[in-house]
Amino acid sequence: MPTKVLVQTTINSEPVEFLCEPRQSLLEVLRETLGLTGAKEACNNGNCGACSVILDGVLVNACLVLAVEADGKTVTTIEGIAPRESLHPLQDEFLKQAALQCGICTPGFVVAAKALLDRNLQPTELEVRRWLAGNLCRCTGYDKIVRAVLAAAARMTPQ
Amino acid sequence: MQAFDYIKAASEAEVIALLSKDGEQVRILSGGTDLLVQLREGRRTAKLLVDIKAVPEANELAYDPIEGLRVGAAVPCCRMCDDSTIASLYPGLVEAVALIGGTQIQGRASLGGNLCNASPAADSIPALIVHRATCIIAGPGGRREVAVEDFCAAPGQTILQPGEFLVSLRLAPPAPRFGAAYLRFIPRNEMDIAVAGAGASVTLNESRTTFVSACIALAAVAPTPLFVPEAGETLTGRTVSAEAIAEAARIAQAASRPISDMRGTAAQRKHLSAVLTRRALEKAIERARA
Repeated sequence: MPTKVLVQTTINSEPVEFLCEPRQSLLEVLRETLGLTGAKEACNNGNCGACSVILDGVLVNACLVLAVEADGKTVTTIEGIAPRESLHPLQDEFLKQAALQCGICTPGFVVAAKALLDRNLQPTELEVRRWLAGNLCRCTGYDKIVRAVLAAAARMTPQ
Repeated sequence: MQAFDYIKAASEAEVIALLSKDGEQVRILSGGTDLLVQLREGRRTAKLLVDIKAVPEANELAYDPIEGLRVGAAVPCCRMCDDSTIASLYPGLVEAVALIGGTQIQGRASLGGNLCNASPAADSIPALIVHRATCIIAGPGGRREVAVEDFCAAPGQTILQPGEFLVSLRLAPPAPRFGAAYLRFIPRNEMDIAVAGAGASVTLNESRTTFVSACIALAAVAPTPLFVPEAGETLTGRTVSAEAIAEAARIAQAASRPISDMRGTAAQRKHLSAVLTRRALEKAIERARA
């Protein structure tokens, strides 16, 4: 009996096929099989959000999705956030606002923030903080992260 | 994590057939936000995961003014919270569902899974109890219905028999002058597990001055979510007043039997039982009067 399953997905707008064991999480496959190491393994149990990806338009922890569950679905990772040759406003504001120090939580925060701005380009500060409650940062104290998200939202809002 | 097989079931019959094969070692996968962590930590084992996210009735989220609300066991929290009709008709349930984890968890975790995980501190279960929800269970013997307050048997254990799985939850349409609320106490602002929680629902008379009925259930103060019928019954026919509410809160508190653990002491939880019951009742009354 074969132990591996063939999974067909679209990752960052590209068709991707891979083999995996059912027990492998999407996080593990992204990092170990596909070389997409932007999503980070920190807690591996759904608490920290460092592995955040967008699955069929929904923000999720990749550590709590089995890779086999991604079959037929679209995945957006941090590697797919930036348009072609430039930075996404979120990435640019994270840099401008110094919203990162060690950076390990940052891909998760950027993906999570993008998922918020995809549905609401004018969140209040409270809405930003609530939405990002599942993303933990040990370094920054969150304030600059929140400012960066609000600044990016302002830039992205059509005037 | 140990190796397991994975099958995405297409039908209820397929799920039952698969569950009947190897009892404990076949587990239902819905959102996976509890199960995958438990498998990884060795707290549960499995040889086969049966994904029910493609079983039609388990994924149905529908409201009908006569039939009420049908929430398939695999419907993720985010679908419920994003449904403005359901959020406006059942605010006391949706606010409980919205407390489960954070945004990423909400994208996968299901109400059915929260119930089947049977944590004493589950936030959705007291809310389901005070909405008098019914569990629709399917198994080799056919279907059966269980009142949600009877579903959890012990911490982490349900009354599901071998071969059975939870298909869907049913709630009646909200009656006129019905209101419900759920509140919990956590040390932080988000994400925590409840130290104590209280769900309350009331139905008021036409002048909105008297309780026709009331229902109270508590989280994290007993081995299972705690339905306290006597707390609600004490309000039947009484004038809505601070004294009546305080009496119900006292009865709920007396029924609570919390333990001390890393999240709080038994004494604190006893205290919170009364405070949260009072506040949940006040919020439910406000909604019933709106």
